[in-house]
Amino acid sequence: MRNFISKSAEAIPPSGIRKFFDLALTMDDVISLGVGEPDFTTPWNVCEAGIYSIEQGTTSYTSNRGLQQLRDSLSEYLKIHYGLHYDADREMVITSGVSEALDIAIRAVIDPGDEALVTEPIYVSYAPCVTLAGGIPVPVPCHEKDQFRLMPDALMEKVSKSSKVLILNFPNNPTGAVMKRDDLKAIRDIVIDHDLLVISDEVYAELTYEGSHVAPATIDGLWERTITLNGFSKAYAMTGWRVGYLCAPESLCDAALKIHQYVMLCAPVMGQIAANSAIRNGEAEKDKMVTEYRVRRNLFVHDLNRIGLPCHVPEGAFYAFPSVKSTGLSDFEFAEQLLKEERVAVVPGSVFGDAAKDHLRCAYAVSRKDLKEAVNRIERFMSDHCA
Amino acid sequence: MDEKDLLILQLLEENSRVSVDELSVMTEIPARDVKSRITDLEDAQVIRKYSAVIDWERAGNGEVWAIIELKVNPERDFGYDRIAERISKFKQVRSLRLITGTYDFQLLVTGKNMQEVARFVSEHIAPMDRIRETATHIIMKNYKENGNTLCGHEGTERIPYSF
Repeated sequence: MRNFISKSAEAIPPSGIRKFFDLALTMDDVISLGVGEPDFTTPWNVCEAGIYSIEQGTTSYTSNRGLQQLRDSLSEYLKIHYGLHYDADREMVITSGVSEALDIAIRAVIDPGDEALVTEPIYVSYAPCVTLAGGIPVPVPCHEKDQFRLMPDALMEKVSKSSKVLILNFPNNPTGAVMKRDDLKAIRDIVIDHDLLVISDEVYAELTYEGSHVAPATIDGLWERTITLNGFSKAYAMTGWRVGYLCAPESLCDAALKIHQYVMLCAPVMGQIAANSAIRNGEAEKDKMVTEYRVRRNLFVHDLNRIGLPCHVPEGAFYAFPSVKSTGLSDFEFAEQLLKEERVAVVPGSVFGDAAKDHLRCAYAVSRKDLKEAVNRIERFMSDHCA
Repeated sequence: MDEKDLLILQLLEENSRVSVDELSVMTEIPARDVKSRITDLEDAQVIRKYSAVIDWERAGNGEVWAIIELKVNPERDFGYDRIAERISKFKQVRSLRLITGTYDFQLLVTGKNMQEVARFVSEHIAPMDRIRETATHIIMKNYKENGNTLCGHEGTERIPYSF
């Protein structure tokens, strides 16, 4: 029998932490700082909107682009909150989470052989999506000394004639790094000079703790060459509802919409209705969650530094990204032994690219009580191993 | 009162045993300032006292709780205030509010058993001057107290790792 697996499916790596995952499932009393989702449940008024829609029998497809009222709300919301201008009828598609938005954005613009510049450390999906589209992911390292922001010289070093796309994710998973307006302006000229398209995943935008989020498309000269991706999962604790969106100039949006209509048809209708309720009535609940994340960040980062795991203060998202270099253990060794001995789950940085090695991604999207207990366990682990 | 005061109040309401040092880290305010802000809030009686939220049902002391509604004739020059003050002096009365609607006052009352609550209402509250009518509702089960859910659990198990 032939090997039926496609070359592109073979080319993408399996999950870097499968082993940890399986191990953690066999253990009791694990405190997991390894989860990339909020610990809050979706605000109840948002759930109610979803439940009511089901009770009313609203269980059908929506238009490919997504519910008109959700797109209208979003268009208004983006304008007010980020100064982003996208037309609800021509420049927006509602997707099944940002994951789908990312996939269709990449497939809409990447041809075989095109290079996509991907900042590193970075969420694990970007490079495989580029590979599946036939493109070549090119990592652009971001360093701790720059608080993991993308620096112009790092970008210049990797940009080539084959570069077509620059993928950004700020606030960043896993580092919590944020790009301020001046940081984005500093890379704008390179983007324009090399005629690049920006794909910007801003799913953590609402979780920006110092100042406000700056969307790359609001930088002069970038709107026309940017695809903006965002969603409801992180800000409104709606991961399981699977609702995201893609915004772009009409021609780019149409290309992504074509792929979306063939592969997804539409995002789940009850999720879209709940998402609309989140934008219209979820602001207060969202703000409460953001305040709580900030409080946890302050406590947790303070504690990590106190026990000897140096950690910069992340300005966004809900991840702390301490270095384990001083312990003499690699990030994988640290994470594995910590799980086995102290039942604390963290993600080794290397999973997020070479630039992330010697670090751990610790999600502080867990209760303060669990965070405190996790710190106690990590401290005990450190005193056993790194005295 | 500014945003930082509000944050301190929220954190204290959630856990009044949190230390000043911890509050300082959480709120990004120097410990000395946290301390003086709390003192100011105490002096202004914004913070009335520090107490615990107790699930009495679980504590199993068998106390009965009841909501008592009262129709009251207000007093010339004093309105409801003097009668409210008198009622609030009973140690059985755990809270007292002036409300809109059919009744004027709503009381939360405790007693060792139903008979004691009934006796308290009939012997001490109902005969008071200016009380026109009472309605007693025995509390059967508490589901949520002071913002804290006392039953069931929220959310489901999350997977241990996700990116």
